[in-house]
Amino acid sequence: MTLRILAVDDSLTMREMLRQTLTEAGFDVMLAEDGVDALHRLPDADPDLILTDLNMPKMDGFGLIDAVRKGDVAPRVPILVLTTESATSLKERARSAGATGWITKPFDEVSLVSTIRRVAAV
Amino acid sequence: MAGLIDLRDIFFVEADELLSALEEGLRAIQTGAHDTDTVNAVFRAVHSIKGGAGAFDLKALVGFAHRFETVLDALRAGKLQPEPALLGGLLHASDHLADMISAARQGNATDPEHDERVIAALEQHAGGGGSKEEEAFVFEPLALDGPFGIDAVRLPLPSGTRDVTLTFRPHAGAFASGHDPCLLLRDLCADDPAEVCLDQSALPDANSFDPGQSYLGWKVILQTERTDPQLLAIFEFIDGICDLTIASAAPPIPDVAASLPPPSSPPLAPVPSAPPIPANTAPAQTSAPPAAAVSPAAGTGPRPTIRVDIDRVDRLVDILGELVIHQAMLTEAIEQSPGFGSVEVDRSLDQLRQLSRQIQESVMAIRAQPVKPLFDRMHRIVREASMAAGKAARLVTEGEATEVDKTIIERLADPLTHMIRNAVDHGLEKPSRRTDLGKPSEGVIKLAAAHRSGRIVITVQDDGAGIDREKVRQIAIDKGLVAASAELTPQEIDALLFLPGFSTATEVSALSGRGVGMDVVRSEIAGLGGRVGITSVRGLGTTLTISLPLTLAVLDGMVFVAAGQTLVLPVSAIIETLRPEPGMRHSLGQADSVLDVRGRCMPLIDVGMALGFRRSLQPGEGEIVVVVERGDDGAIALMVDGIRDQRQVVIKGLEANYGQIPGIAAATVLGDGSVALILDPTDLAASGQSPSRPVSPLAAE
Repeated sequence: MTLRILAVDDSLTMREMLRQTLTEAGFDVMLAEDGVDALHRLPDADPDLILTDLNMPKMDGFGLIDAVRKGDVAPRVPILVLTTESATSLKERARSAGATGWITKPFDEVSLVSTIRRVAAV
Repeated sequence: MAGLIDLRDIFFVEADELLSALEEGLRAIQTGAHDTDTVNAVFRAVHSIKGGAGAFDLKALVGFAHRFETVLDALRAGKLQPEPALLGGLLHASDHLADMISAARQGNATDPEHDERVIAALEQHAGGGGSKEEEAFVFEPLALDGPFGIDAVRLPLPSGTRDVTLTFRPHAGAFASGHDPCLLLRDLCADDPAEVCLDQSALPDANSFDPGQSYLGWKVILQTERTDPQLLAIFEFIDGICDLTIASAAPPIPDVAASLPPPSSPPLAPVPSAPPIPANTAPAQTSAPPAAAVSPAAGTGPRPTIRVDIDRVDRLVDILGELVIHQAMLTEAIEQSPGFGSVEVDRSLDQLRQLSRQIQESVMAIRAQPVKPLFDRMHRIVREASMAAGKAARLVTEGEATEVDKTIIERLADPLTHMIRNAVDHGLEKPSRRTDLGKPSEGVIKLAAAHRSGRIVITVQDDGAGIDREKVRQIAIDKGLVAASAELTPQEIDALLFLPGFSTATEVSALSGRGVGMDVVRSEIAGLGGRVGITSVRGLGTTLTISLPLTLAVLDGMVFVAAGQTLVLPVSAIIETLRPEPGMRHSLGQADSVLDVRGRCMPLIDVGMALGFRRSLQPGEGEIVVVVERGDDGAIALMVDGIRDQRQVVIKGLEANYGQIPGIAAATVLGDGSVALILDPTDLAASGQSPSRPVSPLAAE
């Protein structure tokens, strides 16, 4: 079975890049453009992993993580945050919000895929 | 990676959008009309540009955007106040960011020293910028070419294996963060001989068991070449929500004893039969029905859009033009065939006509875009122009949502830029002069767009000194453009500004003096089927008005005959058609006459004579009058011989082959294959109305 990933980023470039990279790596990819959009798509997407940007309009990554963890759809789904910040404080904040791990942008394909495989399996 | 070029394109398109958002936000902050959302949006714009630039290894951009972002972050956090000097620096940085992106798009780079100057100036305004240590810290990972995280710390393997004992016990809440111990154990034991021992001593009894909690612990004995840091890196994400010990060399029995309660410790079990973890692998109730509470109300998601190559749309427009022509030809052929008159055929033809009109409107709607992005670009022009000319100016825009055909918008950028520069450079007075006159020292350039009777009207208005007509007239005489004895109306003097080779700038300014005069603006607008007009009030300012067709492709035309010629008038310009009664016509001198339509007098022009097809009217000619509107202040009456019908016509430009012909806007192909000229009634009025004077360079208004 294919790993299903919901990738959330407000940047079209980043979404497109994630879609291409993850599709080529053999994952099923669904996209959302902010936290609200992601929550909207979550029930149908039923992902094995959520990959989310932190800084987004409407609902940011922290808000999304919190809503997923407190929601009914997939509260224990692994969530990786995508961030250009490598600051420790942000990682800590993401972790305490309930993120499973993080990926620093710009990412390369190999490490993106290996990080995903570290935290999610079908 | 396949498709990376496309991604690059997407990045640059998106970067343009982000730049607009950035500038718009900064302007909102400048005018005080902002809230935290605005500041966040501004921050996010630079942040996203940085992210995208990083993905394409545009290091200069990343570095610049990062420092820019640092200042914005301080603004966002309230550590900085949006004072004018800081905002100036932010706007300048945003302009420079735009330059860097546009250079990167062409595969070039801006001068690094200039980059540094701009960003250093901004940091200066921000009070010295972020601390150097922080920059160094954040920069390192961005500059990394190689991978990050676990791969980055994977050092060359030391030779020889060793025994390592790890104990690992996730905290109770680890599953809630999406961690799966199975995967960690898998990575830990990958490729190396390992013994894994499960510690289930902490399992509660069935009644208090919570499948969402973690109760298990493991002891792993590995024979591995990997170093401790490499092994610990596997637990990077779960670090802090688990107990983890690592010990190498001799069997660390005391350690195990300490972390695993000996009484319940079962015998070591071999991997790979990793122990099942009920909490995370079988949460039937957690992947609950999709209709659960998280699903928001329908319709909150964004409306789906697709991005289409503009060439495809252009091709559609071309085909559409052909369709309209052939539909007209078909109609004509059927009307002349013996079978005509059948109700079915008539109805089908009518339907076909309606359908092709609907297709046309839909296609045009695809190409229509709001003028906002174009207008947004003009803020920068005003900023730069006012700085270069030593003037204070601000741009006010209106009607930004007005939609115009994309091709027109693209071709408007240059003329509009020039007009705005002119308005700042020549229109506005110096701040000191303005203060003397009792005006606010900051001049206002107003840029507005609106739909008016089937055309787009764009105005550029300044509140400057207005045109010095005496000076304009003198310059025109000096340059030999008009005779010294010529008597010119104020409108005609204003129109001189559009003559080739005319420039009122007494000193050659770096700004407007770029080899482009208003004559070029005028011919560019004319190339779009549009007109430029100018009005000015001494001391109060000047207004330039561009009037453009909605689309370059198809128009609703009224087909009529004059002097044996089949001609077309845009329906949008027609007010009414009538058959004048004898008493309505009044002569003014020898050549000119006016028509009195219900008390409103307007110039009366014979189309056939105005275009040079005939010298006088014969009985039965010119008996029908078409009243068309002229600019925004009046109407003219055109005499024609007969009206044929009203239909959509496809516009075929003539400028490329014949240059600009006064009174003629374009040509079209009719259903019978013949060519008909499309008239520009306003221009026709100007050339026809006063044959004794040289053809006015623009419509007299």
